[in-house]
Amino acid sequence: MKIKETLAELSNLRGVSGAEAEVSSYLADRLEEGRFEVRVDSIGNLLVRKGRKKGKKLMLSAHMDEVGLMIMDFEKNGLLRFRAVGGIDSRILVAKRLRVGIHALPGVIGSKPIHLQKKGEQDKPFREDSLYIDCGFKNHEEAAGYLKVGEYATFDVKCAAISKNAFRGKAFDNRAGCLVLLSLLLEKNSLSFDAAFTVQEEVGTRGAQIAAYTMEPDRALVVESTAAADTPETEQELSSTILGQGPAISLMDSTVMVDRQMRNELTVAAEKAGIIYQYRRFTGAGTDGGAIAYSRSGVKTAVLSVPCRYIHSPHSVLYESDLKSTIDLVRSWLDTQQ
Amino acid sequence: MEKILKTLTELYGPSGEEETVREKILELVGKRADSTFTDQLGNLFVLFRGNAPKILISAHMDEIGIIVTNIDENGFLRLAPLGGLSPSILTGQRLRFKSGLIGLVYHEKINDLKELTWPKLYLDIGQKSRSEAEKVVAIGDLACFDQPFVSVPGSRFLAKAMDNRAGCAVLVETISGLKRPLPQEVCFVFSVQEELGLRGAKTAAFGYEPDYGLAVDVTRVGDTPKADNMAVSLGLGPAIKVKDSSVITHPLIRRFMVDQAKNLNIDYQLEVLERGGTDAGAIHLSRAGVPSGALSIPCRYVHTPSEMVDSADLENAVNLLSGLLRVPWPAVTEGHL
Amino acid sequence: MNESELVSVLTRLSSATGVAGFEDQAVEIAAGYFQSYGCTVKRDRFGNLLALKAGTAKKGRIVSLALVAHIDEIGAMVTKVEGGGFLRFTAIGGLDARTLPGQAVLIHGRKILKGVIGAKPPHLLTDQERKKTVPIDKLFIDVGLSYEDLNNIVSVGDIISFEQNPLLLSNRKYISGKALDNRAGVAALIFCAAELADRKHEANIFFIASLQEEVGLRGATTAAFGLNPDLAVAVDVTHGDGPGLENNFSYKLGAGPALATGPNFDVDLFSKLKNAAADNYLPCQIEPIPGRSGTDAWAFQVTREGIPTGLLSIPLRYMHSTVELINIDDLAVCGKILSFYARSVNYTHGKRS
Repeated sequence: MKIKETLAELSNLRGVSGAEAEVSSYLADRLEEGRFEVRVDSIGNLLVRKGRKKGKKLMLSAHMDEVGLMIMDFEKNGLLRFRAVGGIDSRILVAKRLRVGIHALPGVIGSKPIHLQKKGEQDKPFREDSLYIDCGFKNHEEAAGYLKVGEYATFDVKCAAISKNAFRGKAFDNRAGCLVLLSLLLEKNSLSFDAAFTVQEEVGTRGAQIAAYTMEPDRALVVESTAAADTPETEQELSSTILGQGPAISLMDSTVMVDRQMRNELTVAAEKAGIIYQYRRFTGAGTDGGAIAYSRSGVKTAVLSVPCRYIHSPHSVLYESDLKSTIDLVRSWLDTQQ
Repeated sequence: MEKILKTLTELYGPSGEEETVREKILELVGKRADSTFTDQLGNLFVLFRGNAPKILISAHMDEIGIIVTNIDENGFLRLAPLGGLSPSILTGQRLRFKSGLIGLVYHEKINDLKELTWPKLYLDIGQKSRSEAEKVVAIGDLACFDQPFVSVPGSRFLAKAMDNRAGCAVLVETISGLKRPLPQEVCFVFSVQEELGLRGAKTAAFGYEPDYGLAVDVTRVGDTPKADNMAVSLGLGPAIKVKDSSVITHPLIRRFMVDQAKNLNIDYQLEVLERGGTDAGAIHLSRAGVPSGALSIPCRYVHTPSEMVDSADLENAVNLLSGLLRVPWPAVTEGHL
Repeated sequence: MNESELVSVLTRLSSATGVAGFEDQAVEIAAGYFQSYGCTVKRDRFGNLLALKAGTAKKGRIVSLALVAHIDEIGAMVTKVEGGGFLRFTAIGGLDARTLPGQAVLIHGRKILKGVIGAKPPHLLTDQERKKTVPIDKLFIDVGLSYEDLNNIVSVGDIISFEQNPLLLSNRKYISGKALDNRAGVAALIFCAAELADRKHEANIFFIASLQEEVGLRGATTAAFGLNPDLAVAVDVTHGDGPGLENNFSYKLGAGPALATGPNFDVDLFSKLKNAAADNYLPCQIEPIPGRSGTDAWAFQVTREGIPTGLLSIPLRYMHSTVELINIDDLAVCGKILSFYARSVNYTHGKRS
């Protein structure tokens, strides 16, 4: 699989929580080329089986959805009121371009020009309820002609390589994880596992709860993108993960205590294959891990992440080398489980 | 009872690493059961077969603690909490790792107690560098409080992890005195990861599919200077839970428990806990619903290194629980209107 | 069911006690109505009321549709009987401490006592005190009994409900009272049952009055698992437009129920409900919900292998107070939309088709 091209394609797809169809049909198309039978369940998870059903039931899981905005109402002057879908720091929204609604209409989030601001106004960050999306509509009626409330807006960003190894783009959380699963499904290998591309992780790990109940795995590995704060103004011990130091193995997060045996298996698999790895040195924030680990009578579950800077913003940054070594580590672990 | 409580509270068992406690409990009660088994998460089931209905009695084995998230170049460890733990309570405390290694928690320089947050805390294990530290500890290792069990003059005990080894001890004593035949099937589960959100009890209940659930856990009290308006005191008997954040006790179960306590002439209290949950919260929402209640052991200073209980409450808890298991449970059937 | 009958249903439901965990009185009233409209009623192990209006589909599997409204209300519970004959209490569900002083309450002890939530008289307040809300743990209930008498009747864990009968305002459309969140939803289900009483429909329609929604969607969690319907629509209340909501999103009273859209809701079910309204000239507003809806729909959607779920909400002002306010027309319209939709459901619908 061409990693660079696939990452760009996945990143550019629009798929805010609750509207992941574009991502899931892209994945379904790619998987059909690979002659896989795919199934979409009631909430929209894409479920795939690879290889024969024998021995332990292994589940790989990656969520397809990204954070974004929802159109809530139209103002008399044609501006759009919105709310965040998933966790977005409202301070990053101002002066950004968006694609709005099912027809991907262009729009911007603007603000009062610096010339007209009172002294000290700049020191106060914008709140979500003081910002509006401007699509250039004349009035309420024109807006309502193009859009319905409840439609979604995404960041208008195209994925780009910014250096030999680094990519910049939106929604790496968690199209990077989708890429890892896709790559392991499409490459030539004799591995057997079930894969779940889940929906609605960003609004409460909703899809994974259903997928885990349906698939009843013995073991699950969640492939995610996790925050790397290896940047200025963050102390080293709070960086959580570092770009270029390989996949990050979670210790725990707010949803799951990672199974210690699986954690050891991952480190053994990494050392065996000569893959550099790191621990995710942070225990907050949630993943699909909890929804899977505590499903039915319990599932041994681990979480492995591609480190990624500036997640949940219009531009996140990751290294291709980390993506590749994450694929290698998951493959190496699957090998030990066959 | 005191001996078992001392043994259990001094064991190492933060959420996610309960195996030491599990092995000890298995050793204490395993032989009496029809079968014992564990599930994927590490819950220990101690089963006494019988006719329907099936009753699940749960006490969590895990205790609050910390997880090591980072080791710096000078050999200091950074940490994150397991369960509801306050940085101010941790400061100055000794912590113990599974290996027996001891460390001391302190904080970076602060000007005001309000600045005392988790990122300010570190654990000093007396090593001079990262490489020295990495010989004895690793990122991801867990630790719990290091405090000995103390029997104070009178009837009271102090120890770490009374929450919830006190509950475990009540179950162990109850199992030891269990007389057959039982009027119905009883499964005791020593559950994991309660302090992280009732997680073990959730999967245990799904797996066992009980008809009724009962959690045995500690509860807070209102009998200390200027405490909350909570009408539970140490030494006035075990508490029959009416409500906490996780469950409202099924009225039939509550009435049944109160009636049994009265029949057996056991002192009891009624408990309304404003903040906090227990395994019954997870059990009663399992599958299509499991009528559940909870028997609570009054405990002062919950989630600190020295939690205090009264031996009379423990003995009465064993008496009440044993009494509850000697009689048929009331029918909660579908279809009653 | 005509309008005055609907008002009387809502009045009986609103007046009944049904604090979360202690819903029996309200459930029995609702059960009586569902029975009178041809439903078979039972309560599940959790206590949820399930009323089945059987479908008439002859061939193949009968699709099941759950229409769910929570029947519990917010209230309080006794935490302590204090010397002097006062009661301390804790909230069950989300109470706004500012609305509590001066409320008349009922304490459900060995017998029902009338009481009042006391407040220090304004004459004695300092300027400092005036500026602050009295938190719930500093409030108390006065029942006018001595400690000894009180202790004989009331114990820790007894339920406290608000004493408030509904009030029909002078335009004969607006009703104000306690527990309209969500007895309005239950009344809409009863209206729907009345509409379906003499009509045939292919699907099995389960009306569910769920318990303990206000403390965490608990009844819906177990009802959804136990029943495992093919489709579910929750009926609840949403914020009606009123003072102080300029920076929030709210919905007009009298303009029909709000139909929710967003990740919590099935896209196909949303459009079918929308069409059920439009095709029958019934007004309906659209409510976008970007995340957690905080309703029973949230629990149903992710039960077992997933249940396609929708949500209709009745606009209501002053939520979680004793003066909640709704427009009776919205209830009738909501019930009608549900009944048109229910009649359209057949074997081609639902997750297993």
